[in-house]
Amino acid sequence: MKHDSIERNVGLMIVMMMLAISIGGLVEIIPLFFINETVEKVDGVRPYTPLELRGRDIYVREGCFLCHSQMIRPFRDEQLRYGHYSLAAESQYDHPFQWGSKRTGPDLARVGKKYSNEWQVAHLMDPQAMVPESVMPKYPFLQQTKLDYSDVADRMAALRLTGVPYSANQAELDKNIKQFGADTAKMLHMPDASKNLVDQAQNGFGGIAGNYDGDAANVTEMDALVAYLQVLGTMVDFKKYDNDQFVKYR
Amino acid sequence: MSHETESKFQNTTGHVWDEDLQEFNNPLPGWWLWTFYATMIFAVVYWVFYPSWPIGKTFLKGINTIEYVNDKGEKKSSSWNTRALLLQDMNEASKAQEKWVSKLAATPFDKINTDPELKAFVVSAGKVLFQDNCAACHQSGGQGKFNFAPNLTDDDWIFGGSYDAIQQTLVNGRHGIMPAKGGNAALTDADVTALANYVLSLSGEQANAASAEKGKELFAGAGVCFSCHGADGKGNQAIGSANLTDKIWLWANVPGAKSADEKVAAVKEVITTGLNRGVMPVWKGRLSDEQIKLLTAYVHELGGGK
Repeated sequence: MKHDSIERNVGLMIVMMMLAISIGGLVEIIPLFFINETVEKVDGVRPYTPLELRGRDIYVREGCFLCHSQMIRPFRDEQLRYGHYSLAAESQYDHPFQWGSKRTGPDLARVGKKYSNEWQVAHLMDPQAMVPESVMPKYPFLQQTKLDYSDVADRMAALRLTGVPYSANQAELDKNIKQFGADTAKMLHMPDASKNLVDQAQNGFGGIAGNYDGDAANVTEMDALVAYLQVLGTMVDFKKYDNDQFVKYR
Repeated sequence: MSHETESKFQNTTGHVWDEDLQEFNNPLPGWWLWTFYATMIFAVVYWVFYPSWPIGKTFLKGINTIEYVNDKGEKKSSSWNTRALLLQDMNEASKAQEKWVSKLAATPFDKINTDPELKAFVVSAGKVLFQDNCAACHQSGGQGKFNFAPNLTDDDWIFGGSYDAIQQTLVNGRHGIMPAKGGNAALTDADVTALANYVLSLSGEQANAASAEKGKELFAGAGVCFSCHGADGKGNQAIGSANLTDKIWLWANVPGAKSADEKVAAVKEVITTGLNRGVMPVWKGRLSDEQIKLLTAYVHELGGGK
């Protein structure tokens, strides 16, 4: 093919450019799917419950990832401030992952259980009231907006297509009970999604008290977002492992 | 428009646009070309030493190795990677701090202040920990936040200001609970008004004397306030019930009230709805024992430790 004909044909040039550019991505990304060490073997990582999942949708919708990363890098300053570095395994059920690349605000990979529900709500309502120097926008409308969870089972079904093990029938539920334990597996059962979502919003889950937003009468978007924030980075119990457990994977 | 350019330059790409627009095809400058070759050689050397190419189910780990000590004190060696490098880094830093950290661990709380150097370490290292973990609620100076988190710089403590009490607060967290109307739903609005007046009178605030007198009876009787706040209203730090006889308010907005009526209304609101907030998270697990001891000493030194 002559240089001349590529330069004189815009359609052809676009195709050739896309091919050339994609090589960089393909050789860096595709091998990771086949390398054994990519995703560390670690206990505790589970898919999000229906309420957490809707909270995550709100996190994405509001563009939280534009200012907050969820990726603690293996550097001393980050370990001291945020905690153990993030594992690939910890975002294995995130589609898409929320690693982010911009830190106008702090990293949120391990913000779960660091503050009380009440703090999270007060901070989202008016960040400057809690942290005077903050430049974060206010999100009071989350507290006033009832959560739409009519399609939560469909959202779980969509994630299931990407390999997230939400269960659709008894056999899959039994498998999840083996892998995640009965309490968690129950929350991942798609036919009960709406019931489980309301139950978590009222009564909490995983060691975090329910009624996240202090408004017991309604399930709001605030409930969902705080439920999501409170689980971030808390699934793996690092005390179970030596501090060099994950060295061998890199 | 001149047409003589066509014949002037021989080394062009041969393309001609708009009659006479041509593109030079000159050789690259030597310095640029050789720098480019040098980067290619550098890349090959880098592949040999550092993790690089994927091969099937694994990848080339490189011949560069790194040595580190894990938390069991075992010396280990691994192919070079950033996670091992981090352990090396953390060990170096903890060695630099070890003198002070081990001294702090070995020193009883009440002896920390007798060692000016150790105290200086507590203040500087504690400040960093405090800003990262505590300041979000208790604010950067430990001054607390009204209607949210208590002031740590005064000598008024809800759960106690001794070293042990502060350490317990950090280790296990706290949760402020007061039942609505003290658990006696039968209290009428007038009863609550009387109680509010009495509570205000306890700290010398202006209050309706007759109503306060009635409130005093309820406080020690049907209101069951005494069972947590004590007969004298001075509270009980073992269960975190507030001292009502001082002028420090955390939940009822008495200091911000503009009139006596507003003060009564503020106290009434807390009595009527009760409290189920003021959650201090559990820090055991997130912070190490040494860090919790450091923070305990730091908070104690903020001004009000007992």
